[in-house]
Amino acid sequence: MDSGERVEVRLTGFGGQGVVLAGHIIGRACAIHAGKNATLIQSFGPEARGSACSATLAISDGPVLYPYITRPDVLVAMSSEGFEKYRDELAPEGILVYEQDLVHPTVREGQRAFGVPSTRIAESLGRAIVQNLVMVGFFGAVTGLVPVEALRQAVEHSVPAGTEKLNLAAFEKGFEYLGGAVDQPVPEVLLPSLGGAPA
Amino acid sequence: MKADPAGVLTGAHYLDGDFACGEGAMAAGCRFVAGYPITPSTEVVERIARRFPLMGGTFIQMEDELASMAAVVGASWTGSKAMTVTSGPGFSLMMENIGLAAMMETPCVVVDVQRGGPSTGLPTMVGQGDVMQARWGSHGDYEVIALTPQSPQEAFDLTIDAFNLAERYRVPVMFLMDECVGHMTERVVIPEPGAIEVVPRALTAKPPAEFEPYRIDGGTIPEFARAGDGYRFHTTGLTHDERGYPVMSAGCQESCVRRLLDKIQGDADRIVRFEEEGTDDADVVVVAYGITARVARLAIEQARRQGVKVGFLRLIVLWPFPEKRIRELAGSVGAFVVPEINYGQIVLEVERCAGGRCDVVSVTHGGGAVHDPAKITGEILAAGAVAA
Repeated sequence: MDSGERVEVRLTGFGGQGVVLAGHIIGRACAIHAGKNATLIQSFGPEARGSACSATLAISDGPVLYPYITRPDVLVAMSSEGFEKYRDELAPEGILVYEQDLVHPTVREGQRAFGVPSTRIAESLGRAIVQNLVMVGFFGAVTGLVPVEALRQAVEHSVPAGTEKLNLAAFEKGFEYLGGAVDQPVPEVLLPSLGGAPA
Repeated sequence: MKADPAGVLTGAHYLDGDFACGEGAMAAGCRFVAGYPITPSTEVVERIARRFPLMGGTFIQMEDELASMAAVVGASWTGSKAMTVTSGPGFSLMMENIGLAAMMETPCVVVDVQRGGPSTGLPTMVGQGDVMQARWGSHGDYEVIALTPQSPQEAFDLTIDAFNLAERYRVPVMFLMDECVGHMTERVVIPEPGAIEVVPRALTAKPPAEFEPYRIDGGTIPEFARAGDGYRFHTTGLTHDERGYPVMSAGCQESCVRRLLDKIQGDADRIVRFEEEGTDDADVVVVAYGITARVARLAIEQARRQGVKVGFLRLIVLWPFPEKRIRELAGSVGAFVVPEINYGQIVLEVERCAGGRCDVVSVTHGGGAVHDPAKITGEILAAGAVAA
């Protein structure tokens, strides 16, 4: 909606999964470490731990005037409930990035979907809580929206002191997963143009 | 003077408007905050409460908003730069003591992160319905200054200005954020302490025997003596003379209250602040503030692509109102278009200043969301068709 290239992202999951922190890291990577403008809005309401929550990003090389998103280019779904709530707003050529053990999506012709077992990967690192960092890494690889080094810097600055190593390890696992992801069978998913990461 | 480095978090940050406001307060030298938590303002005090111990500041979570504002008035009289933070329902409760602060000429800052109202309204959703309350909410005649940021960066920058204006004019300054600006996260660049100008309290240099708390020796603003410095002073909400003592007379009322108005109205040209663009040959001028200014700018771009000559006046200082500029523009434009997230408040000021010389179009929104830019565009196009 702004002059200049504008990309809209919605992240959704259940409270406690670190949805807002994931959005904060991507936004910070764009706005502080990659010379873009990025406006983060987090949903406020009766979101207790466990219910659906969401964060949105409007990212642009120019100024972001309108802070809210209307037609996300990327939907990051970490829970089935979140996916069901927001699936219809994804742009016709949009990209779905999802937690493949928790979300069993269908997408429309023209849309692309990329799954990652982010919770299992986080558990293999010893802490399920870093699932969101696996997802941020995977998001970075799939979308190519922001340089990986900018994302790494944003991770370091955004996570609690003393947890940088674990969080960065989770991020790297997610980033590296893309190669494996596209080769995996994705049951019950309509993927008319499943391919590699967009240029 | 320059900012105390202890309160300045120099660097590029990714902060929401509430946090940025808190950082602005600390950079400005605020070292006392009293408040009662209320959505969507609580993050301001969360930030401050966490950071104050590092710089010797005091945060008190009070029992309610009445007490919060009272504590701020008291703290300011010890010489501390003091602030409270709230949203609509709490802002209403603070009105009595805001009037007290105005009458006693107490420098302080009141942050109101506006949500949808009236009453408890929409706690987590945006509104701009407190803009008239900020000006007129307490009884009697008085003047305040009010600022309104459109981004987290401005929430930082203008909070510093709010403290400086409070000190310079000895008034309560209203800082009118809205939920959208308060809860949106963007890049905020905080400069070096040496690049931040702060106005210190104008303490009297007179010996105690010669000091009178409300005597004017030139200018319009009395010198200040802190409680505890050894000066004998009296201050009150009652109409008072130069010694600060109550005098119940029409004559004293005139000199006491008139000066409260004059010190702001008489200096309005220096206080008023707005951003103006494309008004030179405009048929239509959009007047907007806070988050609505950003949405309006988008609408202006859309209208320009359809050939309308439309200018923009973004209000940064809301009170005092830029009467002079609106009057000038009213003589050359066909219409003002005034979008705001209320049912028509600042538009009344625009109408008053336009004085019937051009059309004034109110683009209302009850709150809970920002305007659809297309709605504002539509009003600009309609006004432009009439004007052209």
